[in-house]
Amino acid sequence: MEDDAPVIYGLEFQARALTAQTAETDAIRFLVGTQSLKFDNQIHIIDFDDENNMINKSVLLHDAGEIWHISGSPAEKAVLTTCYSKTSESRVLTCAAVWRMPPEWESGSHESPDDSSNNPQTLELLCHLDNTTHGSVACVLWEPMGDGKRVISLAENHVLLWDLQESSTKATISSSATLEGKGQLKFTAGKWSPHHNSTQLATANDTAIRGWDLRSMSQIYCIESAHGQLVRDLDFNPNKQYYLASCGDDCKVKFWDVRHINEPVKCLEEHSHWVWSVRYNHSHDQLLLTGSSDSRVILSNMVSISSEPFGHLVDDDELSDNEESQQEDKGKEPLQDSIIATYEEHEDSVYAVEWSAADPWLFASLSYDGRLVINRVPRALKYRILL
Amino acid sequence: MSSATTPPDSDPTGRRRVHSMLKLYYGLNEEGTAAEQAESLDPCDINGPHFDPEVYLNKLRKECSLGELMDHESCMVKQIRSLDSDMQTLVYENYNKFISATDTIRKMKNDFKKMEDEMDCLSANMAAITEFSARISGTLQDQHAQITKLSGVHTLLRKLQFLFELPARLNKCLELQAYAQAVSAHRRARCVLQQYSHMPSFRGIQDDCHVIMEQLAQQLRQKFRDGGSSAKDLSECVELLLQLDEPAEELCDKFLSHAQSRLEADLQGLEVELKDSAVTDTGGGSVQKTSPGSNPVSPSSSSVINPFLSPTAGTDILEFIDRGCNEFVSSLCLVIASYQELFINRPQEGELASKNIPEMANGKLHVFVDTLAARYFSLVEQRIQEEKGVGDNSLLVRALDRFHRRLQAITKLLPGSAVPSHGTEIVVRAARERIKQYLSALQTFYHDSLTDVRQALAAPRLAVGGASTSGGGVTSKDATPSLPELLTSLSNFILNQLKSVLASVHLFTAKDITFSNKPYFKGEFCSQGVREGLVVSFIKFICQSSRQYCESAGDRGGSTPPALLLLLSRLCLDYETSTISYILTLTDEQFLVQHHTPVTPVTALCAEAREAAQKLLNHYVKVQGLIISQMLRKSVETRDWVNTIEPRNVRAVMKRVVEDTTSIDVQVGLLYEEGVRKAHSSDSSKRTFSVYSSSRQQIRYAPSYTPSAPMDTNLLSNIHKLFSERIDIFSPVEFNKVSVLTGIIKISLKTFLECVRLRTFGRYGLQQIQVDCHYLQMYLWRFVSDENLVHFLLDEIVGSAAHRCLDPSPMEQSVIEVICERG
Repeated sequence: MEDDAPVIYGLEFQARALTAQTAETDAIRFLVGTQSLKFDNQIHIIDFDDENNMINKSVLLHDAGEIWHISGSPAEKAVLTTCYSKTSESRVLTCAAVWRMPPEWESGSHESPDDSSNNPQTLELLCHLDNTTHGSVACVLWEPMGDGKRVISLAENHVLLWDLQESSTKATISSSATLEGKGQLKFTAGKWSPHHNSTQLATANDTAIRGWDLRSMSQIYCIESAHGQLVRDLDFNPNKQYYLASCGDDCKVKFWDVRHINEPVKCLEEHSHWVWSVRYNHSHDQLLLTGSSDSRVILSNMVSISSEPFGHLVDDDELSDNEESQQEDKGKEPLQDSIIATYEEHEDSVYAVEWSAADPWLFASLSYDGRLVINRVPRALKYRILL
Repeated sequence: MSSATTPPDSDPTGRRRVHSMLKLYYGLNEEGTAAEQAESLDPCDINGPHFDPEVYLNKLRKECSLGELMDHESCMVKQIRSLDSDMQTLVYENYNKFISATDTIRKMKNDFKKMEDEMDCLSANMAAITEFSARISGTLQDQHAQITKLSGVHTLLRKLQFLFELPARLNKCLELQAYAQAVSAHRRARCVLQQYSHMPSFRGIQDDCHVIMEQLAQQLRQKFRDGGSSAKDLSECVELLLQLDEPAEELCDKFLSHAQSRLEADLQGLEVELKDSAVTDTGGGSVQKTSPGSNPVSPSSSSVINPFLSPTAGTDILEFIDRGCNEFVSSLCLVIASYQELFINRPQEGELASKNIPEMANGKLHVFVDTLAARYFSLVEQRIQEEKGVGDNSLLVRALDRFHRRLQAITKLLPGSAVPSHGTEIVVRAARERIKQYLSALQTFYHDSLTDVRQALAAPRLAVGGASTSGGGVTSKDATPSLPELLTSLSNFILNQLKSVLASVHLFTAKDITFSNKPYFKGEFCSQGVREGLVVSFIKFICQSSRQYCESAGDRGGSTPPALLLLLSRLCLDYETSTISYILTLTDEQFLVQHHTPVTPVTALCAEAREAAQKLLNHYVKVQGLIISQMLRKSVETRDWVNTIEPRNVRAVMKRVVEDTTSIDVQVGLLYEEGVRKAHSSDSSKRTFSVYSSSRQQIRYAPSYTPSAPMDTNLLSNIHKLFSERIDIFSPVEFNKVSVLTGIIKISLKTFLECVRLRTFGRYGLQQIQVDCHYLQMYLWRFVSDENLVHFLLDEIVGSAAHRCLDPSPMEQSVIEVICERG
């Protein structure tokens, strides 16, 4: 079986927001939020049928405004948050809300696309993460592997920790922190660390990366000038608790050990424009996905700083049991840090990349022109990692 | 009866015949004539013994006639007669003899009797004499013994006198400093004194002598120790001391320790000098001793201390080495020579030979020389290390040469010594160190030059490189130099410096330098030292430091002025094209580098330089692009695009962008060629643009603003993208102006685009963007290689702004043009 060709799905609108449905572990499902100022915005639910290499989509209306960020609850499949911009009195404000997908959407997914677009169902609003006093929300983060009761929103220079109560219909701020400093500080991105019992948070503002302890709501580290330009995204290594990847406008992807913040552990400079998104594979943390406004998605294999034993010896006996004999030759040489593949299916800036929550070998990328591309890790590499 | 055949002649034979016949007759010859008898058995032979007269007669009668018988008878008678007479004569003769003999015997009898009497008398006399003689000797015996004894006593007395006088004599000798006499005298007496030492008087003498000799030895030692004495004196001293049974080893030690103290004084002198110079060195009062004329001066009169102006303080190294040579080395040589004279080369005599002195002495000498030389070397090395200033290399080389040359003397004196080879090692080390110093000096120089260039760049530029200042060069402060001038002066400075360094280093291999024919200086010094260690390292350093400019500046937001990056890039490129090969050829020629060992090939260096140049230029593009990007980004992010007023002007920031781009264009144009650009669709920017915008306007914008067809824009834009090439924003550029400018503009416009996409626009916000983009279009197309690129990016910006617009009603194209033209 040769590598499957990428599956491409086109949205009618421009789009920036992409997430995997975190709580869904069986079906490969991505959520895309559109950006349109003139039309009702939508959330596209993209179901990927791995066996037939086909996409099933269903559309939910999100009439509150254009979506800048979307995030699925780790506990409840149907619950998600969006950050959307709302224009009122010639003022644009980005708000955040928790939504529930209507229970019928799954039945509607089998309808023809035309029908669903003509008659889309609407999301059910659970609650607003009220931010009128704090300003525009950059993103909303769910507690990783939590029970779907706690979210963090980054609004301007505030970190707000919310408790969702009464089946997520009520949100109250349980604690908050504010970044003080010269000038207009504004968080651009953040990530809730899955380690340390989910007590840590990393945020990015301008060129700095900051770590927060959520128990005390205080800063625990700060990497000043982590990037030469703006930091666009962060991700925690799912398997190594102190490792963090960041990307930014200096076209670089940097890997940090937050215990030694003076120098990055490693630095990649493969993109030819700003890197907007960086994602570790949830299971195999040597696999790293980056999306950039040079319209490329790059899949890298960072073995040397992964939790995988670096350059481990492949057991010959196991290999000889393997039916695919041609894998043997490749398997002998240890993997090196390398670019696995550069995906050039996009023709506009790629603002979001996301691994599937269900299949660790599958990922989606979304470019501004509304093109969603689903790709797989090359089969040869997959076997080498697995075997 | 005679034989008929033999006549009786009176000749000798005839007479003998007569005798023999007589003998026969008398029967005297019974045995002598036996043979004849055998012959004459014939009875007829008348002369034979067996003659038978009867037979004979019968025969005669039978055979002869009468006449014959008659004749024969007469002959016979005749013969008988002669025989009778002969017989008579003989008898007579013999009778006379007998008579006289009897007389004689009678006389003898009488004489002997007389003689016997006389002999008796004599024997009596002799007996008397013997008796007398015995009596005399008996009387004289006593006296003789006495005389012998006396003479023995006399000699003994003389000897004793000598012995008794010995102390006095020795004292006198001591007074007169006639040590040799004293020693020889003492040597003569020593055995006797030793032998009779049990006798108190002799004991006394011996003790006296001992004391005196001790004193003498003391004096000798004193003299020996004093050292003021001449070598001959010394040798005499040593010889005497050796004869005095002074142990040779001790003498050697003493001699050496004595010499050591003197040499150490020399060394201390050197040390003091070393310290003094160190003190004055750190004192900073760098007195210029060497003429600076040979050294190129610093590129500007900045306060940077040029390492090439050597801060010589105190004594210079040549003086130091000179002093070392004249004082230490020469006295060391003297010591060695005299030592050898004294202990090693002296003729061995007697008991001294058995003690194997030369071997022991030689060993001691080697140890001695080695330790002292080691100290000397360490001093010299310290001094050499202090020689940090790389100004006048000839001084150092001459000093080293002298140092090395003087050590050759030791080689001659002391063939097995390791000292000269150590010396050579020091020279080699010094040379190596020197190369390192030169390298670091070159590096410092390079940095300083760059600092100067930086300052020159930072100085307010009235005309941005446009009007070339009069060829005053860098040194004239009044005129700010332009970029090309800076480049040429920088490059010339570096090259000249390198050349002068090469010339300085070349001194090491000059023909008249003693160590230049050592294998190190012929081979390794040239290839590994100069070529690799100096020239190649320096070139690599330039590339390396250039790359560092890219890396360090990248994160810290461009601490390096962009113009410097550009300048360095051009410098590296120049190096790649010509300078490197020139420098290396020059080096190879000057040093006749034989490539025994692998050396860095020119191509590798060129590649490195080119890589550095590329990196620098890329970085330049990035930095400049980021500067402009930053302006654009701030301008987009800080504005409230929803509530903006109707555009009346092009925003100032756009003018600024164009201005900056223009100045970058000029800057790059000073150093890089124009480069190729794609053919313009028209020579007039105005018309091109108007055609472009009006035509696009219809196709692109008009449909996109109708809410019914949201897909169209995407479709069109996608189609457009499908056919246009992908644009790599931060991509490597070529070494020409157009490529550089294209890179910068790409970065700027892409930033503009991304920023626009993050904002929401009101009606007038969109219109303002339209105006700005048109303005950019009017001015930026001329800088890039492919104007379609600018068109495309600006289209994207306006398109994105339109998408992000709440109330997309675009401005009239004509109005835009009017606003833009107004300024």
